[in-house]
Amino acid sequence: MSTTLLQVIAGGLLLGAVYALFSSGLTLVWGMMNIVNFAHGDFVMLGMYVAYVVYTLFGAGPLLGAPLAILVLATLGVVVYFGLIRAIMKGPMLAQILGTFGLALLLRYSVFWWFGANFLSLPENLVGGTFDIWGLRIQASRLLAGTVALLVTLGLHLLLTRTSLGSKMLAVAEDSTAAQLMGIRPDTMQAIAWAIAAGATGLAGALIATFFYIVPTVGETLAIVAFVTVSLGGFGSVPGALVAGLLIGVIESLSGFLIGAVYKDMVVYALFLGFLWFRPQGLMGRL
Amino acid sequence: MRRLVWLAILLALLVAYPLAFSTPFQQRLGALVLLYAIAASAWNIIGGYAGQVSVGHVVFFGCGAYAAMGAYAHFALSPLVGIPAGIVVSVAIAAVVGVPTLRLSGHYFSMATIAVAELVRLIVTNTEYLGAAVGLSGPTVPRNVFDLSFISALPYYYLFLTVLAITLGITWWMANSRMGFYLRAIRDSERAARSLGAPASRTKLYAYMLSAALTSVAGALYAMMFGFIDPESGLGILISVKILIMAALGGAGLLFGPLVGAAILVPLEEISNNLLGGKGAGLTFVVYGAIIVLISRFQPGGILTLINRLWIKRTGKEVEAARGIAHAP
Repeated sequence: MSTTLLQVIAGGLLLGAVYALFSSGLTLVWGMMNIVNFAHGDFVMLGMYVAYVVYTLFGAGPLLGAPLAILVLATLGVVVYFGLIRAIMKGPMLAQILGTFGLALLLRYSVFWWFGANFLSLPENLVGGTFDIWGLRIQASRLLAGTVALLVTLGLHLLLTRTSLGSKMLAVAEDSTAAQLMGIRPDTMQAIAWAIAAGATGLAGALIATFFYIVPTVGETLAIVAFVTVSLGGFGSVPGALVAGLLIGVIESLSGFLIGAVYKDMVVYALFLGFLWFRPQGLMGRL
Repeated sequence: MRRLVWLAILLALLVAYPLAFSTPFQQRLGALVLLYAIAASAWNIIGGYAGQVSVGHVVFFGCGAYAAMGAYAHFALSPLVGIPAGIVVSVAIAAVVGVPTLRLSGHYFSMATIAVAELVRLIVTNTEYLGAAVGLSGPTVPRNVFDLSFISALPYYYLFLTVLAITLGITWWMANSRMGFYLRAIRDSERAARSLGAPASRTKLYAYMLSAALTSVAGALYAMMFGFIDPESGLGILISVKILIMAALGGAGLLFGPLVGAAILVPLEEISNNLLGGKGAGLTFVVYGAIIVLISRFQPGGILTLINRLWIKRTGKEVEAARGIAHAP
């Protein structure tokens, strides 16, 4: 294989790790509450704008932007849970879908209204430099984003499977009435799940903001990326989202490289439909 | 009998509107309300009555719009010729996409329809024959009346009113037929409907195809009125969103719900665009978003259901308009 191809694959893996991170947020909420957050892509977008604002106000990079994005988005997650999700979960299907969809519009166009429709970006040298690893040239910003995203996604998996908090959350997901009888508050657990999911998503946004274009409508595409990742990895599975995210990143990069940049989104969307239609349980998941 | 009286009053008001409010802005506003009411009523068949929340209806809207403009741009035919073509293509797409997609339930169906819509938009944006990113234009100067290109909004108003009446007539007829009962049963519980012998897959598919055909007519009418179509105005996800918000705001699954929703939201958008100019575009959708969140949070049945509930509380009787088909004798 040529070096260029390897380079494309490495870039895809690093981007895929970020996809995996924000898709984990979507899959966590999905698995626990059976709610699809149609505003998920816009949570990523908000994370990106937090990073942008932090840069314009303080001139600071992701070292300050990322924690702040986690904080802002986690708060938003809790507010959204108590203000909207808790009520629409019991409502009809139309309300469940429209509720988060309306939230998506609200977030997207509030940002549009405030910042305008222009493409923004952070300066390239904010996370400066390019590394030379085994003959592959890799931007420091992408390396940082990919590595942090990978570690946090693994951390999320460990949190869910190895800690008492994780067990409580899974118990609520399994049977919230039974969990309540065991002295676990479903409300608290679900609010924590929203905080974690939204926080992780905000982090992902702040990370890709260092090398991605920033625009209010970026969430539209990213939401579909998250949907395809989650459907590929199996609905509700964090390890599934990790593998699928990496895979989608590579597929996207390769199709962009091999058949042209305009077609890479088409490939991802077609893949999504293919999976929904023919294998809705995902590659490794159960339904 | 009383329902007929109310219907006659409503019709008389709609016919009289452009004569009473005769400035170009008001007539155009009226025409737009009716146009979106057609699209939202078409969506209502699958989204309201059958409870399958399609967020990709813009595909059929775009089909109609592109067929009407394509008939002119490529064959110099009247856009009217494009309407049947658009319907045929829409129904075909609905059939092909519907079979695998309608098997998905709830959220999965909605996500799949979004993906279909975005995929189609990307394909059209990269297809030279369909004008790519630039789009297609209709007749600049009308050759005869069949080009349906008028300067005044008045002819459009009555054309749209006729089509809306037909659309609502079809909806009413469908809802009162066996199919309507199947659809409501499927919406309430597909599993129960199936176990009682309702042919769920087939019924949903028919409803989807009917809804697609009517949506494509709305798209064609839109293209004729604006004389121009591009991927953003004909296939953008926001069109789907508008259509579905109007139906949900008025009352999804009620005959007059979409008309009520359109009558509220279209003036809101037009007036805010007029007052705020370009900046208004963003703000309009902020308001849209807030309205949807509030509706789904507090009143998932829509405005007509709310009015009905308040009215019953006061008088003990149901409102005619909100009675819809669901309780028809």
